[in-house]
Amino acid sequence: MKLPDAEKLCEQLAAELRPRIGPKSAMIGLYTGGAWLAERLHKMLDIESALGLMDIAFYRDDYHAQGLHHDPKRTKIPFDVNGRDLLLVDDVLYTGRTVRAAMNELFDYGRPASVSLVVLADRGGRELPICAQHCGARLEVPQGMRLRLTRADDGHLALALEPRRAA
Amino acid sequence: MQHSPQLNANGELQHLLSIEGLPREVVLQILDTAESFAGVTEREVKKVPLLRGKSVFNLFFEPSTRTRTTFEIAAKRLSADVINLNIAVSSQSKGESLLDTVANLSAMQADIFIVRHASSGAPFLIARHVKPHEHVINAGDGRHAHPTQGLLDLFTIRHYKKDFTRLTVAVIGDVLHSRVARSLIHGLTTLGAPEVRVIAPQTLLPSGVEALGVRVFHDMRAGLKDCDVVVMLRLQNERMGGALLPSAQEYFKSYGLSAEKLRLARPDAIVMHPGPMNRGVEIDSTVADGPHSVILPQVTFGIAVRMAVMSIVAGN
Repeated sequence: MKLPDAEKLCEQLAAELRPRIGPKSAMIGLYTGGAWLAERLHKMLDIESALGLMDIAFYRDDYHAQGLHHDPKRTKIPFDVNGRDLLLVDDVLYTGRTVRAAMNELFDYGRPASVSLVVLADRGGRELPICAQHCGARLEVPQGMRLRLTRADDGHLALALEPRRAA
Repeated sequence: MQHSPQLNANGELQHLLSIEGLPREVVLQILDTAESFAGVTEREVKKVPLLRGKSVFNLFFEPSTRTRTTFEIAAKRLSADVINLNIAVSSQSKGESLLDTVANLSAMQADIFIVRHASSGAPFLIARHVKPHEHVINAGDGRHAHPTQGLLDLFTIRHYKKDFTRLTVAVIGDVLHSRVARSLIHGLTTLGAPEVRVIAPQTLLPSGVEALGVRVFHDMRAGLKDCDVVVMLRLQNERMGGALLPSAQEYFKSYGLSAEKLRLARPDAIVMHPGPMNRGVEIDSTVADGPHSVILPQVTFGIAVRMAVMSIVAGN
């Protein structure tokens, strides 16, 4: 199947978000793909507060079945989340479980004024009542496949489709 | 190769019994995971939900304050329920066997046993008898091993020195009775530290210590030269005055760390100590409280390291 150009989707998302950026705005990217996308959007939108990066490994709901993920990254939120209008950024929205985990972790840092979800692509298949306020593209992806963002050495972003690894 | 009792069939950490025999990747996985937990311990809400609903039993057959407390804090920060057993005044003094004690706790739905015991190998014995979903973490067994202390020492060294492959590390003092020294030495060689020295009088060295891959020094000044990391061991008071050592003053003169001796190490050397310290016996206060000392950060890092170990074993 033909995948949309991730670079173009970035431009499109930035244009959509630009009018919403205010003095209370801050952005958090979810490792790994969401962090790449957030780094890009954060720069394009000139958001004043530093970028936050989050690894939701300690909040996953499949820990008891899967164990702890190897090499979790350290969550870094370099601003006070209290009272912020937060943009939570991930590359692909699928079951919604990652976003649920991220919200739980987020509220251990404080009480934001609002949280909006920004994703490059929504592939459907939701298992939780979660939706993205800002979405680059909606795609139909077969169940056994994994859609993810890749970043080349020169920083170029692209969507990739690969068979899902057996758990 | 003999199957390690700490690893499951997939080579994942099931129990933590000793650093000896742990694959390098597992040691690094623990240190990397601890790095992420260190971030959690700096937040205002220092808790994550990983072990919600799990029960952690602190089974200390030997007294301990620091280790028991940091395990308790670590378990609570993972949202586990922690039960501390004061064994000295409980069933064992009424004659119950170690395995019966464990079987009873298992019947109370334990998930993790943190075990400290005066007998080397006691945590291994327990690990062989627990149910598949139960996990054992060695919090110090006899003279044998104290793996979480060794891991937090490694974490501390990596935090300050980044790369192990160019380090000279000296472990100084009562190596003979020290499970901390043994665990750290195994960890350092696993991670590729090129030179690990032990500095001690002959009477405080186990025979054949060279087999651990260390260089032996009896002269502290020679041994300290150009060290990046200096690890002092506690001299247990009960060893004093017997056949092994003349007196505390004599010991300090030869093997105590003073500011003057520390100048022989590298200018950016760090000084570590597993605690509790005997000031004026193995370490001078000016060093313990001085700019090279990372003794208190070790305690803080110990919480993140124990969170990492518990969350890794309980997930496997």
